[in-house]
Amino acid sequence: MARAVSPRRKLLTTLAAWAVALIIFFPVLWMILTSFKTEVSAVASPPQLFTADWTLENYAEVWARSDYPRFFWNSVVLSVGSTLLGLAIAIPSAWAMAFVPGKRTKDLLMWMLSTKMMPAVAVMIPLYLIFLWTGLIDTRIGLVIALMLMNLPIIIWMLYTYFKEIPGEILEAARMDGASLWGEILYVLTPMAIPGIASTMLLNIILAWNEAFWTIVLTTTKAAPLSAFIASFSAPQGLFYAKLSAASAMAIMPILILGWFSQKQLVRGLTFGAVK
Amino acid sequence: MATQSSRFAARLMVAPSVFVLFIWMIIPLAMAIYYSFRLYRLISPDRTGWVGFRNYTWFVNSPEFWLAISNTLLLVGGVLAITIVLGTLIALLIDQPVWGQGPLRILVIAPFFVMPPVAASIWENLFMHPQNGMLASLALGLGMKPILFMENYPMASVIFIVSWEWLPFATLILLTALQSLSSEQLEAAEMDGAGALSRFRYIILPHMTRAITVVILIQTIFLLGIFGEIFTTTQGGPGSASTTLPYMIFKQAIAAKDIGRAAAGGIIAVILANVVAYFLMRGLGRNLDA
Repeated sequence: MARAVSPRRKLLTTLAAWAVALIIFFPVLWMILTSFKTEVSAVASPPQLFTADWTLENYAEVWARSDYPRFFWNSVVLSVGSTLLGLAIAIPSAWAMAFVPGKRTKDLLMWMLSTKMMPAVAVMIPLYLIFLWTGLIDTRIGLVIALMLMNLPIIIWMLYTYFKEIPGEILEAARMDGASLWGEILYVLTPMAIPGIASTMLLNIILAWNEAFWTIVLTTTKAAPLSAFIASFSAPQGLFYAKLSAASAMAIMPILILGWFSQKQLVRGLTFGAVK
Repeated sequence: MATQSSRFAARLMVAPSVFVLFIWMIIPLAMAIYYSFRLYRLISPDRTGWVGFRNYTWFVNSPEFWLAISNTLLLVGGVLAITIVLGTLIALLIDQPVWGQGPLRILVIAPFFVMPPVAASIWENLFMHPQNGMLASLALGLGMKPILFMENYPMASVIFIVSWEWLPFATLILLTALQSLSSEQLEAAEMDGAGALSRFRYIILPHMTRAITVVILIQTIFLLGIFGEIFTTTQGGPGSASTTLPYMIFKQAIAAKDIGRAAAGGIIAVILANVVAYFLMRGLGRNLDA
């Protein structure tokens, strides 16, 4: 709803909007700045900005003290792995619900979403025991499965809303030309659905990357991702602000950068097809 | 367009996801129900047996229980209210013609990418800490006493932190809804003499109903289970002041090592979630059609 406005008004709204945006972003910015300060500088009161002692020491120390590459790689494997597995299961389901809807399709979608309403803590002990008995505890494959199931309802719902926007006539035309069911999905639908699938994939990688309950409960060392890495750095009691900030920055940077670069697709995905 | 065979194929394609989700839900739930009727403490694992509803009555009669329930609802309601009101205001602001809308969005969306333990520890340590936090320095600079956020206002602090995390989500969805509003309609209303407030009330707000519904639905799902932020900051305290239902269950399972009671609490949490879901669906379900 862009309308012509006076330059004065545009300047004022620009200033207001930037002020609000900077306030929202400030905690992240301050954390990044703090990560480059010495510990003394980090806790100085009043807070130091131009007078601070800058250093790269914190990153070096966090790097030396913990096996960052392993945590990082686990995060990558868990978030990408669970998302790909989820897509493999969700694409056929969402396709079927979008193009061959039954009377109960809406209810089914709501039921799937409602499985996410169960608080994780409520089933913590049972799941922990299941993972223990099946030997899945602290394994990447176990975590991939858990994260996949956790996000599956969201994946299906997002894909469903995308698929529903694809006109059905295209399918009929393909069928007339003799395309088989799988041919339809592979050669007609999938290419049209690529943007939707990409958005879904991005959002779920982020959700899985930031998941910090099951990843901590169900891992100890081998499969522990960055959420567990950061948990080991908390409780700093004043003296280790800079190192805590450096570790925090290392944990969120990869996904922050991915998110910023893919912002457009992500925003589209986030709206869950609710907004046209 | 659905033939008999394509209907069958469709069922076949839906089956795997329904199957795995059903298993994922039913097995832990069944186990939780089983344990909730059993005596099962990790400190004395040999003493077991059926205890009927005793775990449930203990849980419900615990002095923490109603506080935990009201804290849980307060957290969900508070965060929803803050994110939707602020999100709408920010969306209205960003939607105006401004310079640098792209970079603006990048800044606003950032909290969404910060994992909950990091978000909680940034706020707790760098900002709300009574000695070293920036807000304490600010208070001292203004000649006031630093506020003891986690001690005196634990629930408000947790609600604030969680709202910061979810504000980008609400803002972006509401912004997308705003941008799809046709400007002709607004201009016509303006010509007819409708003021800014009535334009908002009668044109913009109705247009955003669906978007607001999605924000409420998705956020409620995530907010009902909020745990990490409390664990990182207040640990449910001081006392039980910021103990929510999930946190109360956690304390039973980990601190008290009483699996039976924790399981009973888990089942109560599942029931609460279903009650909330039922009212959400009844109140909002029709907004999702169309």
